[in-house]
Amino acid sequence: MPFKQSRADAAGNNIGVAMQDLAGIDFQRLRISRPIPYRQIAASILLFVFLIFIAHAFWVGAIEWHYVSDYLFSAPILKGVRGTIVMTICAMVIGIFLGTAVAMMRMSANPALRWAATGYIWLFRGVPALLQLLLWFNLALIFPTLSLFGFFPVNTVDVMTPFVAALLGLGIQQGAYTAEVVRGGILSVDRGQMEAAQSIGMTRLRAMLTIVLPQAMRVIVPPIGNETIGMVKLTSLASVIQYSEVLRTVGDVYYANSRVIELLIVAGIWYMVIVTVLSIGQSYIEKYFSKGWGRAAEAPKALPDGPAAMGAA
Amino acid sequence: MPPILQAIHVQKYYGAFQALKDVSLSVDRGEVVCIIGPSGSGKSTLLRCASQLESIDGGVITVDGEIAGYRRSGETLVPLGDVQIARQRQNVGMVFQRFNLFPHRSVLENLLEGPVRVQKRPVEECRKEALALLERVGLAAKAAAYPNELSGGQQQRVAIARALAMRPKILLFDEPTSALDPELVGEVLSVMKELAKSGMTMVVVTHEIAFCREVADRVVFMDGGAIIAAGSPEDMIVRPQNPRVASFISAVL
Ligand SMILES: Nc1ncnc2c1ncn2[C@@H]1O[C@H](COP(=O)(O)OP(=O)(O)O)[C@@H](O)[C@H]1O
Ligand SMILES: [Mg+2]
Repeated sequence: MPFKQSRADAAGNNIGVAMQDLAGIDFQRLRISRPIPYRQIAASILLFVFLIFIAHAFWVGAIEWHYVSDYLFSAPILKGVRGTIVMTICAMVIGIFLGTAVAMMRMSANPALRWAATGYIWLFRGVPALLQLLLWFNLALIFPTLSLFGFFPVNTVDVMTPFVAALLGLGIQQGAYTAEVVRGGILSVDRGQMEAAQSIGMTRLRAMLTIVLPQAMRVIVPPIGNETIGMVKLTSLASVIQYSEVLRTVGDVYYANSRVIELLIVAGIWYMVIVTVLSIGQSYIEKYFSKGWGRAAEAPKALPDGPAAMGAA
Repeated sequence: MPPILQAIHVQKYYGAFQALKDVSLSVDRGEVVCIIGPSGSGKSTLLRCASQLESIDGGVITVDGEIAGYRRSGETLVPLGDVQIARQRQNVGMVFQRFNLFPHRSVLENLLEGPVRVQKRPVEECRKEALALLERVGLAAKAAAYPNELSGGQQQRVAIARALAMRPKILLFDEPTSALDPELVGEVLSVMKELAKSGMTMVVVTHEIAFCREVADRVVFMDGGAIIAAGSPEDMIVRPQNPRVASFISAVL
Protein backbone atom coordinates (compact mmCIF):
# COMPACT_ATOMS: atom_id res chain seq x y z
CA MET A 1 0.00 0.00 0.00
CA PRO A 2 1.47 3.29 -1.07
CA PHE A 3 0.00 5.42 1.79
CA LYS A 4 0.51 3.23 4.80
CA GLN A 5 1.01 5.97 7.35
CA SER A 6 -2.09 8.10 8.13
CA ARG A 7 -1.93 11.83 7.51
CA ALA A 8 -4.04 14.70 8.75
CA ASP A 9 -5.07 17.76 6.72
CA ALA A 10 -5.37 21.31 8.06
CA ALA A 11 -8.76 20.59 9.65
CA GLY A 12 -7.33 17.55 11.40
CA ASN A 13 -9.15 15.01 9.18
CA ASN A 14 -7.38 11.78 8.63
CA ILE A 15 -7.00 11.65 4.85
CA GLY A 16 -4.77 8.58 4.76
CA VAL A 17 -7.60 6.12 3.95
CA ALA A 18 -9.09 8.21 1.14
CA MET A 19 -5.67 8.67 -0.40
CA GLN A 20 -5.33 4.92 -0.99
CA ASP A 21 -8.12 5.10 -3.64
CA LEU A 22 -6.84 8.29 -5.14
CA ALA A 23 -3.16 7.38 -5.45
CA GLY A 24 -1.46 8.95 -8.45
CA ILE A 25 -4.35 11.15 -9.56
CA ASP A 26 -3.92 14.70 -10.82
CA PHE A 27 -6.64 16.48 -8.81
CA GLN A 28 -6.63 19.45 -11.16
CA ARG A 29 -7.95 17.22 -13.94
CA LEU A 30 -10.42 15.19 -11.90
CA ARG A 31 -13.98 15.64 -13.23
CA ILE A 32 -17.37 14.45 -11.95
CA SER A 33 -19.30 12.85 -14.83
CA ARG A 34 -22.95 13.73 -15.47
CA PRO A 35 -24.69 10.65 -16.95
CA ILE A 36 -27.33 11.23 -19.63
CA PRO A 37 -30.78 11.31 -17.85
CA TYR A 38 -32.38 8.49 -19.88
CA ARG A 39 -35.35 8.17 -17.54
CA GLN A 40 -36.31 11.83 -17.70
CA ILE A 41 -35.98 11.78 -21.48
CA ALA A 42 -38.12 8.65 -21.80
CA ALA A 43 -40.82 10.14 -19.55
CA SER A 44 -40.83 13.37 -21.53
CA ILE A 45 -41.25 11.52 -24.81
CA LEU A 46 -44.13 9.47 -23.42
CA LEU A 47 -45.85 12.60 -22.13
CA PHE A 48 -45.41 14.31 -25.48
CA VAL A 49 -46.88 11.34 -27.38
CA PHE A 50 -49.80 11.23 -24.97
CA LEU A 51 -50.56 14.93 -25.47
CA ILE A 52 -50.38 14.53 -29.25
CA PHE A 53 -52.82 11.62 -28.96
CA ILE A 54 -55.30 13.68 -26.92
CA ALA A 55 -54.99 16.69 -29.22
CA HIS A 56 -55.48 14.47 -32.26
CA ALA A 57 -58.55 12.84 -30.73
CA PHE A 58 -60.13 16.23 -30.14
CA TRP A 59 -59.15 17.33 -33.64
CA VAL A 60 -60.74 14.39 -35.43
CA GLY A 61 -63.69 14.17 -32.98
CA ALA A 62 -66.93 15.72 -34.14
CA ILE A 63 -66.41 18.92 -32.20
CA GLU A 64 -67.55 22.07 -33.88
CA TRP A 65 -65.04 24.43 -32.30
CA HIS A 66 -66.71 27.54 -33.63
CA TYR A 67 -69.64 26.84 -31.27
CA VAL A 68 -67.18 27.06 -28.41
CA SER A 69 -65.88 30.45 -29.49
CA ASP A 70 -69.37 31.69 -30.38
CA TYR A 71 -70.83 30.90 -26.98
CA LEU A 72 -67.82 31.59 -24.75
CA PHE A 73 -68.76 35.27 -24.32
CA SER A 74 -72.49 35.08 -25.14
CA ALA A 75 -74.90 36.86 -22.80
CA PRO A 76 -76.60 33.81 -21.21
CA ILE A 77 -73.27 32.11 -20.54
CA LEU A 78 -71.80 35.25 -18.98
CA LYS A 79 -74.90 35.50 -16.78
CA GLY A 80 -74.21 31.95 -15.61
CA VAL A 81 -70.55 32.75 -14.96
CA ARG A 82 -71.65 35.72 -12.87
CA GLY A 83 -74.05 33.45 -10.98
CA THR A 84 -71.26 30.98 -10.23
CA ILE A 85 -68.91 33.70 -9.00
CA VAL A 86 -71.56 35.42 -6.87
CA MET A 87 -72.65 32.14 -5.29
CA THR A 88 -69.04 31.11 -4.60
CA ILE A 89 -68.27 34.39 -2.87
CA CYS A 90 -71.50 34.58 -0.86
CA ALA A 91 -71.37 30.94 0.23
CA MET A 92 -67.72 31.23 1.26
CA VAL A 93 -68.37 34.44 3.21
CA ILE A 94 -71.19 32.73 5.11
CA GLY A 95 -69.04 29.62 5.52
CA ILE A 96 -66.06 31.55 6.88
CA PHE A 97 -68.12 33.63 9.32
CA LEU A 98 -70.07 30.62 10.54
CA GLY A 99 -66.92 28.51 10.65
CA THR A 100 -64.96 31.05 12.69
CA ALA A 101 -67.82 31.56 15.12
CA VAL A 102 -68.39 27.81 15.50
CA ALA A 103 -64.66 27.13 15.95
CA MET A 104 -64.56 29.67 18.77
CA MET A 105 -67.73 28.20 20.28
CA ARG A 106 -66.22 24.74 20.09
CA MET A 107 -63.21 25.94 22.11
CA SER A 108 -65.30 27.95 24.57
CA ALA A 109 -65.36 27.32 28.30
CA ASN A 110 -69.16 27.25 28.11
CA PRO A 111 -70.32 23.63 27.60
CA ALA A 112 -73.63 24.64 25.99
CA LEU A 113 -71.72 26.50 23.26
CA ARG A 114 -69.35 23.57 22.81
CA TRP A 115 -72.21 21.10 22.39
CA ALA A 116 -74.05 23.37 19.96
CA ALA A 117 -70.91 23.70 17.86
CA THR A 118 -70.18 19.98 17.91
CA GLY A 119 -73.77 19.17 16.95
CA TYR A 120 -73.71 21.63 14.06
CA ILE A 121 -70.48 20.20 12.66
CA TRP A 122 -71.73 16.63 13.10
CA LEU A 123 -75.00 17.32 11.29
CA PHE A 124 -73.96 19.51 8.39
CA ARG A 125 -70.77 17.65 7.61
CA GLY A 126 -72.64 14.38 7.62
CA VAL A 127 -75.44 15.18 5.17
CA PRO A 128 -74.58 15.46 1.44
CA ALA A 129 -74.57 19.01 0.08
CA LEU A 130 -77.03 18.16 -2.70
CA LEU A 131 -79.49 16.78 -0.18
CA GLN A 132 -79.19 19.97 1.90
CA LEU A 133 -79.91 22.13 -1.15
CA LEU A 134 -83.01 20.10 -1.93
CA LEU A 135 -84.18 20.31 1.69
CA TRP A 136 -83.87 24.10 1.82
CA PHE A 137 -85.47 24.51 -1.60
CA ASN A 138 -88.44 22.36 -0.64
CA LEU A 139 -88.89 23.84 2.82
CA ALA A 140 -92.30 25.19 1.80
CA LEU A 141 -93.64 21.63 1.76
CA ILE A 142 -93.48 21.46 5.56
CA PHE A 143 -93.42 25.15 6.54
CA PRO A 144 -95.73 27.02 4.16
CA THR A 145 -95.08 30.23 6.10
CA LEU A 146 -92.06 31.33 8.14
CA SER A 147 -92.28 33.61 11.16
CA LEU A 148 -90.46 34.61 14.32
CA PHE A 149 -92.69 33.16 17.04
CA GLY A 150 -95.72 34.30 15.05
CA PHE A 151 -94.30 37.72 14.15
CA PHE A 152 -93.26 38.83 10.65
CA PRO A 153 -94.95 35.95 8.80
CA VAL A 154 -93.83 35.43 5.16
CA ASN A 155 -94.61 32.86 2.50
CA THR A 156 -91.79 30.34 2.37
CA VAL A 157 -91.94 30.09 -1.44
CA ASP A 158 -91.39 33.85 -1.71
CA VAL A 159 -88.30 33.76 0.50
CA MET A 160 -86.79 30.43 -0.50
CA THR A 161 -85.70 31.44 -4.00
CA PRO A 162 -83.14 29.23 -5.75
CA PHE A 163 -80.49 31.76 -4.77
CA VAL A 164 -81.40 31.73 -1.08
CA ALA A 165 -81.80 27.96 -0.94
CA ALA A 166 -78.43 27.41 -2.63
CA LEU A 167 -76.77 30.03 -0.44
CA LEU A 168 -78.08 28.47 2.77
CA GLY A 169 -77.30 24.93 1.69
CA LEU A 170 -73.77 25.65 0.47
CA GLY A 171 -72.86 28.28 3.09
CA ILE A 172 -74.03 26.29 6.09
CA GLN A 173 -72.35 23.06 5.07
CA GLN A 174 -69.19 25.02 4.22
CA GLY A 175 -69.28 26.51 7.72
CA ALA A 176 -69.05 23.02 9.19
CA TYR A 177 -65.88 22.28 7.25
CA THR A 178 -64.38 25.72 7.81
CA ALA A 179 -64.98 25.42 11.56
CA GLU A 180 -62.59 22.49 11.72
CA VAL A 181 -60.00 24.31 9.61
CA VAL A 182 -60.20 27.40 11.81
CA ARG A 183 -60.03 25.30 14.97
CA GLY A 184 -56.87 23.64 13.69
CA GLY A 185 -55.41 27.07 12.96
CA ILE A 186 -56.24 28.37 16.43
CA LEU A 187 -54.69 25.27 18.03
CA SER A 188 -51.51 25.87 16.03
CA VAL A 189 -50.93 29.19 17.80
CA ASP A 190 -48.88 28.94 20.99
CA ARG A 191 -50.95 29.19 24.19
CA GLY A 192 -48.53 31.85 25.43
CA GLN A 193 -49.95 34.29 22.85
CA MET A 194 -53.36 34.26 24.49
CA GLU A 195 -51.77 34.66 27.92
CA ALA A 196 -49.55 37.53 26.82
CA ALA A 197 -52.55 39.28 25.27
CA GLN A 198 -54.56 38.80 28.45
CA SER A 199 -51.68 40.11 30.54
CA ILE A 200 -51.88 43.42 28.68
CA GLY A 201 -55.53 43.74 29.53
CA MET A 202 -57.32 42.12 26.60
CA THR A 203 -60.46 40.08 27.13
CA ARG A 204 -60.37 36.53 25.78
CA LEU A 205 -62.58 37.50 22.85
CA ARG A 206 -60.45 40.47 21.88
CA ALA A 207 -57.22 38.49 22.27
CA MET A 208 -58.71 35.80 20.06
CA LEU A 209 -59.71 38.26 17.35
CA THR A 210 -56.65 40.52 17.28
CA ILE A 211 -53.77 38.28 18.40
CA VAL A 212 -54.58 34.59 17.95
CA LEU A 213 -56.71 34.53 14.78
CA PRO A 214 -54.36 36.68 12.66
CA GLN A 215 -51.57 34.25 13.49
CA ALA A 216 -53.81 31.26 12.86
CA MET A 217 -54.50 32.67 9.38
CA ARG A 218 -51.10 31.45 8.23
CA VAL A 219 -52.34 27.91 8.79
CA ILE A 220 -55.97 28.61 7.85
CA VAL A 221 -55.58 30.35 4.48
CA PRO A 222 -54.14 27.49 2.39
CA PRO A 223 -56.95 25.01 3.18
CA ILE A 224 -59.60 27.76 2.87
CA GLY A 225 -58.17 28.58 -0.55
CA ASN A 226 -58.54 24.92 -1.37
CA GLU A 227 -62.13 24.92 -0.16
CA THR A 228 -62.95 28.07 -2.13
CA ILE A 229 -61.81 26.30 -5.26
CA GLY A 230 -63.93 23.34 -4.21
CA MET A 231 -66.86 25.71 -3.74
CA VAL A 232 -66.54 27.06 -7.30
CA LYS A 233 -67.27 23.56 -8.49
CA LEU A 234 -69.79 22.74 -5.77
CA THR A 235 -71.99 25.64 -6.93
CA SER A 236 -72.80 23.48 -9.95
CA LEU A 237 -75.11 21.53 -7.61
CA ALA A 238 -77.32 24.62 -7.49
CA SER A 239 -78.24 23.97 -11.12
CA VAL A 240 -80.48 21.19 -9.79
CA ILE A 241 -82.70 23.75 -8.02
CA GLN A 242 -82.87 26.13 -11.00
CA TYR A 243 -80.24 28.59 -9.82
CA SER A 244 -78.70 30.01 -12.96
CA GLU A 245 -75.02 29.30 -12.62
CA VAL A 246 -72.75 28.42 -15.51
CA LEU A 247 -73.54 24.71 -15.75
CA ARG A 248 -77.27 25.43 -15.85
CA THR A 249 -76.96 28.18 -18.48
CA VAL A 250 -74.86 26.00 -20.79
CA GLY A 251 -77.46 23.28 -20.21
CA ASP A 252 -80.23 25.63 -21.28
CA VAL A 253 -78.30 26.33 -24.47
CA TYR A 254 -77.48 22.74 -25.36
CA TYR A 255 -81.06 21.57 -24.77
CA ALA A 256 -81.93 24.01 -27.54
CA ASN A 257 -79.09 23.38 -30.01
CA SER A 258 -77.79 19.91 -29.01
CA ARG A 259 -74.12 20.99 -29.11
CA VAL A 260 -73.59 19.26 -25.75
CA ILE A 261 -69.84 18.72 -25.76
CA GLU A 262 -69.05 22.14 -27.19
CA LEU A 263 -71.03 23.88 -24.46
CA LEU A 264 -69.62 21.67 -21.74
CA ILE A 265 -66.19 22.73 -22.98
CA VAL A 266 -67.32 26.35 -22.67
CA ALA A 267 -68.30 25.71 -19.03
CA GLY A 268 -65.03 23.89 -18.42
CA ILE A 269 -63.03 26.85 -19.74
CA TRP A 270 -64.86 29.23 -17.43
CA TYR A 271 -64.32 27.03 -14.38
CA MET A 272 -60.62 26.90 -15.20
CA VAL A 273 -60.45 30.68 -15.59
CA ILE A 274 -62.18 31.30 -12.24
CA VAL A 275 -60.04 28.74 -10.42
CA THR A 276 -56.83 30.16 -11.91
CA VAL A 277 -57.70 33.71 -10.83
CA LEU A 278 -58.54 32.46 -7.32
CA SER A 279 -55.25 30.57 -7.03
CA ILE A 280 -53.33 33.72 -7.87
CA GLY A 281 -55.34 35.71 -5.31
CA GLN A 282 -54.64 33.02 -2.69
CA SER A 283 -50.89 33.36 -3.05
CA TYR A 284 -51.15 37.11 -2.38
CA ILE A 285 -53.29 36.54 0.72
CA GLU A 286 -50.82 33.95 2.01
CA LYS A 287 -47.99 36.41 1.58
CA TYR A 288 -49.91 39.04 3.57
CA PHE A 289 -50.51 36.77 6.55
CA SER A 290 -46.94 35.48 6.67
CA LYS A 291 -45.85 38.93 7.87
CA GLY A 292 -43.26 38.63 10.63
CA TRP A 293 -42.32 35.06 9.76
CA GLY A 294 -39.81 35.74 7.02
CA ARG A 295 -36.19 36.53 7.64
CA ALA A 296 -35.30 40.25 7.35
CA ALA A 297 -38.84 41.24 6.39
CA GLU A 298 -39.59 43.72 3.62
CA ALA A 299 -39.95 47.26 5.01
CA PRO A 300 -43.07 46.87 7.17
CA LYS A 301 -45.98 48.81 5.66
CA ALA A 302 -47.82 49.10 8.96
CA LEU A 303 -45.30 51.61 10.24
CA PRO A 304 -44.51 54.06 7.44
CA ASP A 305 -43.46 56.85 9.78
CA GLY A 306 -41.66 54.60 12.26
CA PRO A 307 -38.03 55.49 11.50
CA ALA A 308 -38.82 59.21 11.18
CA ALA A 309 -40.58 59.28 14.53
CA MET A 310 -37.66 57.40 16.01
CA GLY A 311 -35.29 60.06 14.84
CA ALA A 312 -37.47 62.72 16.42
CA ALA A 313 -37.75 60.97 19.78
CA MET B 1 -50.41 52.52 52.23
CA PRO B 2 -51.68 49.04 51.33
CA PRO B 3 -49.24 46.53 49.88
CA ILE B 4 -49.23 46.52 46.07
CA LEU B 5 -49.71 42.77 45.98
CA GLN B 6 -51.17 40.70 48.73
CA ALA B 7 -51.88 36.97 48.68
CA ILE B 8 -53.81 35.80 51.73
CA HIS B 9 -54.20 32.07 52.45
CA VAL B 10 -54.32 31.28 48.72
CA GLN B 11 -55.29 27.75 47.72
CA LYS B 12 -55.05 26.44 44.17
CA TYR B 13 -56.04 23.03 42.88
CA TYR B 14 -55.48 21.36 39.51
CA GLY B 15 -58.12 18.65 39.78
CA ALA B 16 -57.31 16.81 42.99
CA PHE B 17 -53.71 18.06 43.04
CA GLN B 18 -53.08 21.02 45.32
CA ALA B 19 -50.58 23.34 43.61
CA LEU B 20 -50.74 26.14 46.22
CA LYS B 21 -51.16 25.36 49.89
CA ASP B 22 -52.25 28.30 52.00
CA VAL B 23 -49.81 30.73 50.44
CA SER B 24 -49.58 34.19 51.97
CA LEU B 25 -47.28 36.84 50.61
CA SER B 26 -47.33 40.59 50.66
CA VAL B 27 -45.27 42.89 48.44
CA ASP B 28 -44.89 46.59 49.25
CA ARG B 29 -44.52 49.45 46.82
CA GLY B 30 -41.02 49.52 45.34
CA GLU B 31 -40.11 46.18 46.84
CA VAL B 32 -38.28 43.47 44.86
CA VAL B 33 -39.17 39.95 45.92
CA CYS B 34 -37.37 36.96 44.45
CA ILE B 35 -39.02 33.54 44.59
CA ILE B 36 -36.76 30.51 44.45
CA GLY B 37 -37.41 26.84 44.89
CA PRO B 38 -37.28 23.50 43.12
CA SER B 39 -39.14 22.85 39.88
CA GLY B 40 -42.82 22.03 40.40
CA SER B 41 -43.00 23.86 43.72
CA GLY B 42 -45.77 26.22 42.55
CA LYS B 43 -43.76 29.36 41.74
CA SER B 44 -45.29 29.86 38.29
CA THR B 45 -48.72 29.00 39.62
CA LEU B 46 -48.45 31.73 42.24
CA LEU B 47 -47.50 34.33 39.60
CA ARG B 48 -50.23 33.12 37.26
CA CYS B 49 -52.80 33.45 40.01
CA ALA B 50 -51.55 36.95 40.84
CA SER B 51 -51.90 37.98 37.18
CA GLN B 52 -55.30 36.23 36.96
CA LEU B 53 -54.25 33.82 34.25
CA GLU B 54 -55.46 31.17 36.70
CA SER B 55 -58.35 31.40 39.13
CA ILE B 56 -57.85 30.55 42.78
CA ASP B 57 -59.85 28.08 44.86
CA GLY B 58 -59.45 29.66 48.27
CA GLY B 59 -58.09 32.74 49.99
CA VAL B 60 -57.86 36.11 48.34
CA ILE B 61 -55.43 38.15 46.26
CA THR B 62 -55.42 41.94 46.25
CA VAL B 63 -53.64 44.32 43.92
CA ASP B 64 -53.17 47.81 45.29
CA GLY B 65 -55.97 47.16 47.77
CA GLU B 66 -58.44 45.90 45.15
CA ILE B 67 -59.62 42.28 45.33
CA ALA B 68 -58.46 40.46 42.21
CA GLY B 69 -61.19 38.77 40.19
CA TYR B 70 -63.99 39.31 42.68
CA ARG B 71 -66.33 41.86 44.12
CA ARG B 72 -67.06 41.60 47.80
CA SER B 73 -70.67 41.47 48.84
CA GLY B 74 -70.82 41.09 52.62
CA GLU B 75 -69.11 37.81 53.39
CA THR B 76 -69.13 36.44 49.86
CA LEU B 77 -66.89 37.09 46.88
CA VAL B 78 -68.79 37.45 43.60
CA PRO B 79 -66.76 36.74 40.44
CA LEU B 80 -66.19 39.70 38.14
CA GLY B 81 -66.98 39.61 34.42
CA ASP B 82 -64.39 39.26 31.65
CA VAL B 83 -64.20 42.98 31.02
CA GLN B 84 -63.60 43.83 34.69
CA ILE B 85 -60.95 41.14 35.02
CA ALA B 86 -59.23 42.37 31.86
CA ARG B 87 -59.18 45.87 33.35
CA GLN B 88 -57.60 44.57 36.58
CA ARG B 89 -54.95 42.65 34.64
CA GLN B 90 -53.65 45.93 33.24
CA ASN B 91 -52.20 46.72 36.67
CA VAL B 92 -50.12 43.56 36.75
CA GLY B 93 -47.39 43.22 34.14
CA MET B 94 -46.14 39.75 33.28
CA VAL B 95 -42.86 38.72 31.69
CA PHE B 96 -42.87 35.13 30.50
CA GLN B 97 -40.10 32.59 30.25
CA ARG B 98 -40.79 32.19 26.51
CA PHE B 99 -41.17 35.97 25.83
CA ASN B 100 -44.54 35.52 24.03
CA LEU B 101 -44.09 38.56 21.82
CA PHE B 102 -46.70 38.91 19.07
CA PRO B 103 -44.81 37.66 16.00
CA HIS B 104 -47.15 39.34 13.50
CA ARG B 105 -46.52 42.78 14.99
CA SER B 106 -43.32 44.82 14.82
CA VAL B 107 -41.47 45.61 18.04
CA LEU B 108 -43.06 49.06 18.29
CA GLU B 109 -46.52 47.64 17.54
CA ASN B 110 -45.99 45.08 20.30
CA LEU B 111 -45.46 47.96 22.71
CA LEU B 112 -48.41 49.98 21.39
CA GLU B 113 -50.98 47.17 21.33
CA GLY B 114 -51.87 47.53 25.02
CA PRO B 115 -51.66 51.29 25.65
CA VAL B 116 -53.33 52.34 22.37
CA ARG B 117 -55.80 49.57 21.64
CA VAL B 118 -56.69 48.48 25.16
CA GLN B 119 -56.14 51.55 27.31
CA LYS B 120 -57.16 53.92 24.48
CA ARG B 121 -54.48 56.45 25.32
CA PRO B 122 -53.47 58.98 22.63
CA VAL B 123 -51.34 57.34 19.92
CA GLU B 124 -48.65 59.99 19.78
CA GLU B 125 -48.12 60.04 23.52
CA CYS B 126 -47.91 56.23 23.57
CA ARG B 127 -45.50 56.14 20.67
CA LYS B 128 -43.15 58.59 22.39
CA GLU B 129 -43.36 56.62 25.60
CA ALA B 130 -42.81 53.31 23.78
CA LEU B 131 -39.73 54.62 21.99
CA ALA B 132 -38.38 55.92 25.28
CA LEU B 133 -38.94 52.47 26.80
CA LEU B 134 -37.11 50.83 23.89
CA GLU B 135 -34.29 53.29 24.46
CA ARG B 136 -34.27 52.27 28.10
CA VAL B 137 -33.90 48.57 27.29
CA GLY B 138 -31.29 49.43 24.64
CA LEU B 139 -33.38 48.54 21.57
CA ALA B 140 -34.40 51.89 20.07
CA ALA B 141 -32.85 50.79 16.77
CA LYS B 142 -35.11 47.74 16.59
CA ALA B 143 -38.48 49.52 16.73
CA ALA B 144 -39.41 48.50 13.19
CA ALA B 145 -38.03 44.94 13.41
CA TYR B 146 -40.20 41.87 13.86
CA PRO B 147 -39.67 39.69 16.96
CA ASN B 148 -38.38 36.73 14.95
CA GLU B 149 -35.51 38.86 13.69
CA LEU B 150 -34.23 39.42 17.24
CA SER B 151 -32.11 37.29 19.55
CA GLY B 152 -33.69 35.75 22.62
CA GLY B 153 -32.15 38.35 24.89
CA GLN B 154 -33.45 41.18 22.71
CA GLN B 155 -36.91 39.60 22.59
CA GLN B 156 -37.04 39.36 26.36
CA ARG B 157 -36.02 43.00 26.69
CA VAL B 158 -38.82 43.94 24.28
CA ALA B 159 -41.21 41.84 26.37
CA ILE B 160 -40.17 43.80 29.47
CA ALA B 161 -40.72 47.07 27.61
CA ARG B 162 -44.12 45.83 26.42
CA ALA B 163 -45.16 45.10 30.01
CA LEU B 164 -43.87 48.50 31.17
CA ALA B 165 -45.79 50.29 28.41
CA MET B 166 -48.99 49.43 30.28
CA ARG B 167 -47.69 51.45 33.28
CA PRO B 168 -48.35 48.49 35.59
CA LYS B 169 -48.31 48.79 39.37
CA ILE B 170 -46.28 45.63 39.67
CA LEU B 171 -44.22 43.51 37.30
CA LEU B 172 -44.07 39.72 37.61
CA PHE B 173 -41.21 37.76 36.02
CA ASP B 174 -41.50 34.00 35.51
CA GLU B 175 -37.97 32.67 34.97
CA PRO B 176 -37.20 35.45 32.48
CA THR B 177 -33.73 34.12 31.63
CA SER B 178 -34.33 30.36 31.66
CA ALA B 179 -34.98 30.13 27.90
CA LEU B 180 -31.89 32.14 27.00
CA ASP B 181 -28.46 31.08 25.82
CA PRO B 182 -25.99 31.68 28.68
CA GLU B 183 -24.28 34.63 26.97
CA LEU B 184 -27.62 36.48 26.66
CA VAL B 185 -28.66 36.18 30.32
CA GLY B 186 -26.60 39.17 31.43
CA GLU B 187 -28.27 41.76 29.19
CA VAL B 188 -31.74 40.85 30.49
CA LEU B 189 -30.65 40.78 34.12
CA SER B 190 -29.03 44.20 33.80
CA VAL B 191 -32.28 45.66 32.43
CA MET B 192 -34.08 44.12 35.41
CA LYS B 193 -31.52 45.53 37.83
CA GLU B 194 -31.99 49.00 36.37
CA LEU B 195 -35.75 48.59 36.74
CA ALA B 196 -35.41 47.53 40.35
CA LYS B 197 -33.21 50.56 41.08
CA SER B 198 -35.78 52.85 39.49
CA GLY B 199 -38.30 51.80 42.14
CA MET B 200 -40.44 49.34 40.19
CA THR B 201 -42.29 46.82 42.32
CA MET B 202 -41.20 43.39 41.14
CA VAL B 203 -41.72 39.72 41.89
CA VAL B 204 -39.10 37.58 40.18
CA VAL B 205 -39.12 33.81 39.94
CA THR B 206 -35.57 32.87 39.04
CA HIS B 207 -32.74 30.43 39.45
CA GLU B 208 -30.17 33.25 39.18
CA ILE B 209 -29.07 33.18 42.81
CA ALA B 210 -26.46 35.92 42.31
CA PHE B 211 -29.19 38.21 40.96
CA CYS B 212 -31.40 37.51 44.00
CA ARG B 213 -28.57 38.24 46.33
CA GLU B 214 -27.74 41.54 44.67
CA VAL B 215 -31.19 42.90 43.84
CA ALA B 216 -33.83 41.32 46.09
CA ASP B 217 -35.19 43.06 49.15
CA ARG B 218 -36.65 39.74 50.20
CA VAL B 219 -36.15 36.16 49.07
CA VAL B 220 -38.99 33.65 49.31
CA PHE B 221 -38.40 29.91 49.16
CA MET B 222 -41.22 27.68 47.96
CA ASP B 223 -41.46 23.91 48.03
CA GLY B 224 -44.39 21.58 47.49
CA GLY B 225 -46.85 24.41 46.86
CA ALA B 226 -46.10 26.26 50.08
CA ILE B 227 -43.84 29.06 51.21
CA ILE B 228 -41.26 27.36 53.43
CA ALA B 229 -39.11 30.32 54.36
CA ALA B 230 -38.64 33.99 53.56
CA GLY B 231 -36.14 36.63 54.55
CA SER B 232 -33.38 38.97 53.46
CA PRO B 233 -30.91 37.71 50.82
CA GLU B 234 -28.33 37.51 53.61
CA ASP B 235 -30.47 35.20 55.72
CA MET B 236 -31.75 33.12 52.81
CA ILE B 237 -28.73 32.79 50.53
CA VAL B 238 -25.54 33.61 52.41
CA ARG B 239 -26.34 31.75 55.64
CA PRO B 240 -29.64 29.94 55.26
CA GLN B 241 -31.07 28.60 58.52
CA ASN B 242 -33.71 26.27 57.09
CA PRO B 243 -32.08 22.96 56.04
CA ARG B 244 -34.26 22.60 52.89
CA VAL B 245 -33.29 26.11 51.79
CA ALA B 246 -29.66 25.39 52.56
CA SER B 247 -29.59 22.21 50.50
CA PHE B 248 -31.38 23.92 47.61
CA ILE B 249 -28.95 26.83 47.63
CA SER B 250 -25.92 24.59 47.73
CA ALA B 251 -27.34 22.54 44.85
CA VAL B 252 -27.89 25.50 42.51
CA LEU B 253 -24.80 27.52 43.40
N1 LIG C 1 -52.37 23.43 34.08
C1 LIG C 1 -51.98 22.53 34.99
N2 LIG C 1 -52.68 21.38 35.14
C2 LIG C 1 -52.30 20.46 36.03
N3 LIG C 1 -51.23 20.58 36.84
C3 LIG C 1 -50.48 21.69 36.74
C4 LIG C 1 -50.82 22.72 35.80
N4 LIG C 1 -49.90 23.71 35.91
C5 LIG C 1 -49.04 23.31 36.87
N5 LIG C 1 -49.39 22.11 37.37
C6 LIG C 1 -48.71 21.40 38.46
O1 LIG C 1 -48.60 22.26 39.54
C7 LIG C 1 -47.33 22.12 40.16
C8 LIG C 1 -46.67 23.47 40.24
O2 LIG C 1 -46.33 23.89 38.94
P1 LIG C 1 -45.55 25.26 38.67
O3 LIG C 1 -46.24 26.35 39.39
O4 LIG C 1 -45.43 25.40 37.20
O5 LIG C 1 -44.15 24.97 39.33
P2 LIG C 1 -42.79 25.79 39.20
O6 LIG C 1 -43.06 27.02 38.40
O7 LIG C 1 -42.39 26.08 40.61
O8 LIG C 1 -41.82 24.89 38.53
C9 LIG C 1 -46.55 21.13 39.34
O9 LIG C 1 -46.59 19.89 39.99
C10 LIG C 1 -47.30 21.05 38.05
O10 LIG C 1 -47.22 19.74 37.51
MG1 LIG D 1 -42.29 27.59 36.53
